[in-house]
Amino acid sequence: MKKITAPLTGKQIRSLKAGELVFLSGIIYTARDQAHLRLKRDIGKNRKTPLDLKGQVIYYCGPTPSGKRAIGSCGPTTSGRMDGSTPQMLEAGVRGLIGKGRRSEPVRKAIKKHGAVYFLAPAGAGAYISGCVIDSRAVAYEELGPEAVYRLEVRDLPLIVGIDYGGKDLYSRSI
Amino acid sequence: MTRKVPAREIQNKVKKLFFKANIMMRPDIKKALEKAYAKERSVRSRYMLKILLDNAEIAKKEKLPLCQDTGLAVIFVEMGCDVRVTGGGIMEALNRGVEEAYTEYNFRKSVVMDPVSREYRNTNTPAVAHLNIVKGSGLRITVMPKGFGSENKSRIMMLDPVQIGDAVTDFCVETVKLAGADACPPYVLGVGVGGTMDLCALLAKKALLKPLAKSGAGGNSLKLGKRILKQVNSLGIGVMGLGGECTALGVNIEMAPTHIAGCPVAVALSCHSLRSASGMV
Repeated sequence: MKKITAPLTGKQIRSLKAGELVFLSGIIYTARDQAHLRLKRDIGKNRKTPLDLKGQVIYYCGPTPSGKRAIGSCGPTTSGRMDGSTPQMLEAGVRGLIGKGRRSEPVRKAIKKHGAVYFLAPAGAGAYISGCVIDSRAVAYEELGPEAVYRLEVRDLPLIVGIDYGGKDLYSRSI
Repeated sequence: MTRKVPAREIQNKVKKLFFKANIMMRPDIKKALEKAYAKERSVRSRYMLKILLDNAEIAKKEKLPLCQDTGLAVIFVEMGCDVRVTGGGIMEALNRGVEEAYTEYNFRKSVVMDPVSREYRNTNTPAVAHLNIVKGSGLRITVMPKGFGSENKSRIMMLDPVQIGDAVTDFCVETVKLAGADACPPYVLGVGVGGTMDLCALLAKKALLKPLAKSGAGGNSLKLGKRILKQVNSLGIGVMGLGGECTALGVNIEMAPTHIAGCPVAVALSCHSLRSASGMV
C-alpha cells in the first residue's frame, strides 16, 4: 500500500486517486464543528488563526481523553457538518481533509480548485486508530474539551482517498 | 413487601454498565460483522470490516472505547413497584453513575447544556432516562451510549393510515438512503410503528436494545423486518459507503396500538457500533 507523509507535498497529492488505499504518517491537526466555526470567523476577518493552516491536513475528530496512551479512541466524525467552512479552510491553505461520509458539491469543487485531497478514515474504529497516534497535544481552543484542536503525530494511519485533486469523488460511483 | 435499594447501588450499576457498553462489542453485533466479513467480496470493504473486528479486540484488550463518540447517555429503568430507593433520588443516582463512568474510564463527555449557545459541560450529564414502573421488586437498568453521527440521521413521520400500503417500508428505506455513507454503515435500524409521536420514537430506540436475530430481522413483525432489510441491502451503500450488499446488519421492529386516524413510524438509526448493556440491581 502507498505510504504518504503529512504535511503533504503537491506531488504527493497529485499521485493520489479516488478509491486508493494509503497509509498516512506525519503531522495532522484535529478540528471539528466549533473549531471550524472559530477558524472560519478568523479567516473571514483576516485575523491570524491560532495555527498556521498552510499546507496542513485537518482531521475531523473529537477524541476521548488520553489516559495512559498518546490519545484515546479517535475515529472520524461526519464530514458533512464541516462542509460550510471547508471552502474557506482550503482558501486559507489547508491541503488535506480526513473524515467520514459525503461532501457537498461546493466542497468537491474547492478541493479541485486548490489541488487538495479528502480522505476517508475507518469509521467507527476509534480504538484501532488510537494505535496509529504516537503523540498528541492540544494547541488551540482547549476550553472546547473534545472539540479543541490537537496536533497529532500519526504513523501508518490507514485511509481511503475519497475525493482526489482532480475532483473525482469515490461516492459519485463514476469511477 | 417493600425492597429497599440504596441509591449508591444504582449509581455503581450504571457506572459498570456504561463501562461494559462502551468497551465490549455486543456479541450479536460481533457475529453479524463476522458474517458480513465472511460474505464480503470487495477488497476495500473487507479491509474495513477487518479493521472493525480488530477494533473490537483492541478496545477489549486496552479498555478503550469502541468509538470516540461515547454518546449521549440513554438509560432505561424498569423498576418494580415494591422497590424503594433509599439515600437519594433515582435520577440523581443515574446521573452520578454516568459522570463517574465517563470521568474514571476516560470516555468522551459530549453534552452541551444549551443546544443553541452550545455551552459545554464536562460531565456528560444529564442522561436521557426512561423510567417504567412494573410489577414486583426487581430493578433492571439498561444503558445505551448513543452516538450522534447516526442519531442525526434518525427520523419520524406520521403516516396516512388510509394509504398505508408499503409506506412503512418506504420510509425506512428512504431514511437509510438519506443517511448514505455518512453515519457509519453497516447500520442497524430500530423501527417503531404505532403509538403517539413520542411513544413511537421511544419504541424505535427500544428496538435497538433487542439482540439481532440470525436472519437480521427481529421484533414484532418478521415479515416486515425482512422486507425492509432486503430493500435496504439492495441500496448498494455498503460498508463505509464503499458499495456492496452490506448496508444494514439488522432491523428490529417494535409495534404498539395507535389511533384510528394515524400511524406514526420512527427509525432510530444506529451505526455498526451499536452499544448497550443491561443488568439487575
